[in-house]
Amino acid sequence: MLELTAINSFYGKAHVLNDLSLSVERSEVVSLLGRNGAGKSTTMKSIMQIVTPKTGKVTFLGEDITGMPSHRVAKMGLGYVPEDRRIFTDLTVLENLEVGRQPSREGAVTWTLDMLFDMFPNLAERRQNRGKELSGGEQQMLTIARTLMGNPRLILLDEPSEGIAPLLVEQMANVILQLKEEGLTVLISEQNLHFAQIVAVKAVIIESGTGKYVGSFDDLNAKPEIRDAYLTV
Amino acid sequence: MGLFIAQLLTGLANAGALFMVASGLSLIFGVTRIVNFAHGSFYMLGAFVGYSLLQILPGMVGFWVAMLLAAIVVGVIGVVVELLVLRPIYRAPELFQLVATFGVILVIQDLALMIWGAEDMLGPRAPGLKGVIRIMGEPVPTYDIALIVITPFVALALWYLITKTRVGILVRAATQDREMVSALGVNQTWLFTGVFFLGAALAGLGGAIQLPKGGADLMMDFNILASIFVVVVIGGMGSLPGAYLAAVLISVLNVFGVTYIPQSTLVLMFVVMAVVLMIRPYGLFGREEVAGEHGQVGEVERPFKPAGLNARLMVAAFLFVLALVPFYGSTFSMVLITDVVIFCLFAASLHFILGVGGLVSFGHAAFFGGGAYVAALIVTYSETPMEFALMLAPVGAAMAAVIIGWLCIRLTGVYFAMLTMAFAQLLWSLVYQWGAFTGGDDGLVNIWPSDWLNDTTVYYYLTLIVGVGGILLLRHAAHSPFGYGLRAARDSARQAEAMGIHTKRVQWAAFTFAGAMAGVAGGLFVFSKGSIFPSELEIARSFDALIVVFLGGVKTLSGGVVGGAALETVKDFLTRFEYWRMALGLLIIGVVILAPEGIVGSLRKARESFGRINRPEGEV
Amino acid sequence: MTEVLRVEHLSKHFGAIKAVDDVNFSLKQGELLAMIGPNGAGKSTCFNMMMGQLKPTSGAVFLRGENITRLAPRVIWRKGVGRTFQITATYQSMTVVENVQVALMSHNHRIFSFRPYAHKLFRDQALGFLETVGMQDQADRHAAVLAYGDLKRLELAIALCHEPDLLLMDEPTAGMAPKERLALMQLTASIVRDRGISVLFTEHDMDVVFGHAHRIMVLNRGRLIAEGTAAEIRNNTHVQEVYLGGGQLYKKSEEGSINA
Repeated sequence: MLELTAINSFYGKAHVLNDLSLSVERSEVVSLLGRNGAGKSTTMKSIMQIVTPKTGKVTFLGEDITGMPSHRVAKMGLGYVPEDRRIFTDLTVLENLEVGRQPSREGAVTWTLDMLFDMFPNLAERRQNRGKELSGGEQQMLTIARTLMGNPRLILLDEPSEGIAPLLVEQMANVILQLKEEGLTVLISEQNLHFAQIVAVKAVIIESGTGKYVGSFDDLNAKPEIRDAYLTV
Repeated sequence: MGLFIAQLLTGLANAGALFMVASGLSLIFGVTRIVNFAHGSFYMLGAFVGYSLLQILPGMVGFWVAMLLAAIVVGVIGVVVELLVLRPIYRAPELFQLVATFGVILVIQDLALMIWGAEDMLGPRAPGLKGVIRIMGEPVPTYDIALIVITPFVALALWYLITKTRVGILVRAATQDREMVSALGVNQTWLFTGVFFLGAALAGLGGAIQLPKGGADLMMDFNILASIFVVVVIGGMGSLPGAYLAAVLISVLNVFGVTYIPQSTLVLMFVVMAVVLMIRPYGLFGREEVAGEHGQVGEVERPFKPAGLNARLMVAAFLFVLALVPFYGSTFSMVLITDVVIFCLFAASLHFILGVGGLVSFGHAAFFGGGAYVAALIVTYSETPMEFALMLAPVGAAMAAVIIGWLCIRLTGVYFAMLTMAFAQLLWSLVYQWGAFTGGDDGLVNIWPSDWLNDTTVYYYLTLIVGVGGILLLRHAAHSPFGYGLRAARDSARQAEAMGIHTKRVQWAAFTFAGAMAGVAGGLFVFSKGSIFPSELEIARSFDALIVVFLGGVKTLSGGVVGGAALETVKDFLTRFEYWRMALGLLIIGVVILAPEGIVGSLRKARESFGRINRPEGEV
Repeated sequence: MTEVLRVEHLSKHFGAIKAVDDVNFSLKQGELLAMIGPNGAGKSTCFNMMMGQLKPTSGAVFLRGENITRLAPRVIWRKGVGRTFQITATYQSMTVVENVQVALMSHNHRIFSFRPYAHKLFRDQALGFLETVGMQDQADRHAAVLAYGDLKRLELAIALCHEPDLLLMDEPTAGMAPKERLALMQLTASIVRDRGISVLFTEHDMDVVFGHAHRIMVLNRGRLIAEGTAAEIRNNTHVQEVYLGGGQLYKKSEEGSINA
């Protein structure tokens, strides 16, 4: 469904992604693991074309999307949840969701407000509140709900468990498992191996912008030398 | 009582155009973060286009159709500007775009001159609304009543668009985070273009509907600029109700001012603004602008070190060549270099506060012209020797900077920029309207240096020594602990405050220092020309310095000086042609698009990509 | 041990919302105290009031017995309180060592000096502080190109410059990899030991909190709901309910000793 072939991405002069390849199949939950600075967020941004890879190819649903403007990538059904909860703080919860709204898409769940408020009951109570009046955890939930309003086929979650309370991390895991049940394809980047293991089956490990390991978590757990070398748990 | 009400109504009617132009400016700024200096030009175009349309569209229906068409035409012109000039440079450093919009002003000025000629045009009366209504015996033009009725509807329609529609939600979202809006599937490029169309169309409509009251002329663009900035600042950036209220406030005050204190109409507006901002620093309805700590787009400025031996030798050699000019150059070249050095010092002083301090001042001419006027007034009204007057120029400028700085430093970002501009305009209007003391529009003349200096060659040396000395002093300050403290306040005020640095006080001191150095330049200027006019305090003068700093390169230490030398030389050459403004405007736009790091920055980049120097830590 | 910091009845209300509600605690010399709680519990608000960025609605903060409530951040800093930020704040246009030098210039009241060549001032001293945090070999790099973990260490070096008695660290290990977290907290612990300073920090990483804090406070909805040792907090049902959750998700520490 999504395939990255030998992409190279730069931030200014810094060479962040180095010949990175990975693929995500339909209805799969894949976890992108790696240390801080390994290039996880840049991978997400390179898929969204917020950072355009200098060389290499990103294909989504068989179409080459390299160099395409991000809004067209989003229109194809790629949903992006950034790592730093970039909600629109001056807009209400409902308005935030409106920004993310896209027409329903064949072969993907069509999310309604009711469905989202079922999933995130906290947001339902605060629908008329402005983004800045929400707590950190609620903001995190809103970013996900906002992206779901675009009825994505594949959703990119960038470090959803970072910087939130343990209790909310559990809620977050439940949400992701729910998305999986709905048949959504998910690519999630994580530093928290434990969290990743609960929600994902397949793991991709990157280090210095290069893929180091692809395989199931069961397999990974059987190879502690790989885990120790790249994940520093 | 009748007169009072009649005047109130006139003020309300005048507020219409002002509101439309100001809300357009605010809208464009909100979404694109571009301070569109060319907004006054759109207003002027609205008037001219409306005038031409009225020649072919007769009758009452024709009149209103012409108004709407003028708005649409100007909106389309705005789109053209956005597509051709701004779209290529959205990724350039923030505020760099304003230099491009200044280029657009120059181009539009000459285009209007070519198409409509230099003569002022009297606007035709609106058919069907030519008469007056008598209110308590006082005549009030029917057209004024029409405007009073129409404006709130325009305001309401805008408010509805922004708060209630999907487009409005997207616009507000984009105001905060464009990249995220795009990642959610919204084509933000077209959103920008749409907002630019709307903003320009509003300015055009404002220009057109004031035709029956004010006509059309080539000065309209700069004349309204200060007013709309004041309106936006008083109302609060991005607030429509605020813009409306402020427009009404300013217009009504203006009408009463003309009647009761005709000598101070221009000053009044700025006094009101100063009072409002002292009570509410972000305007009536504005909210504190959350100035991003890493608000600068593009690369971070590099660490700088004092110039190496090679660079010092090169500068010394260059100065030596300049020192020898009187022996081989013409008088003309000495006069030109004198001008260039003075301008470079002026630009370098702005660069200190803008580049090193991160405070974008739109009103630096206040201190250049202020210093010049201090010297000129002292010489005119007292038997002070010229040498002493020259020394008092920076003192006077510094005093002005202490006061203006105290009022402005509390604000940040675009509020700071607009407020400095407004104070510069306040100073300008004081000088302009207090004719008995300052000579008003006729300026002050016969301000010549003492006999021993009253010779082109001797004055050339004086300028070279004082000017270059000033530039070196500014550079030294940048390398001093004070310069580091100033950069610390710019890079992260949060951290600086948390480590015991009184950031506002550091910035205030830097603002005063930069003002004093601009005053030195002003003092040198007035004695080299022998006269001084209010134009040295004008917005255009402040913009000259701004353009130079941006063109030279904000993030390089020598940017101000190099840019100053380049612009002043080019200008001297171009002004020999009839349509020099257009040529200069196109040149500025070209540099902005081709060299977004400024001249020095781009040269450095080019040199590095040739691989000859590989030390990113170094500094030119 | 002497008491360094005491907070009495500290409250901050934003309209009807009680962001911080009657918080009391104290901190002894050489103590490493953690403040934990859900997002929005009022931890950052507490920090900002102690550091002077926010004015409390009521209550007081005492530093070595002296009331420092409502003083400006820079004044509190001069009284011997250092801080690091949740989102790093460094001078991006300067080199690493210059970042520390500016702090030293401020400490020595040299910010208003016009004597040039600031880059030579206090350089050796600054290098010393960089050595403490293990960054001396990066001294002349541009701060803008530093990795996140290094920025955090740089902030720590800056905060140590004026030999503070008290260090406030807001989520010191946020955004770091587990190994970096461990290293930074070990560094902090050694600084506390060697210099006898006290540290108050907020944190979401329970390995960091349970592994390093001498004492832990839990904040929820602006109120202090629990206080005690790691074991006491971990077994507190109220804390589990509002913050820790069932514990199925804490990362099992490799040392095994902490989360036994």
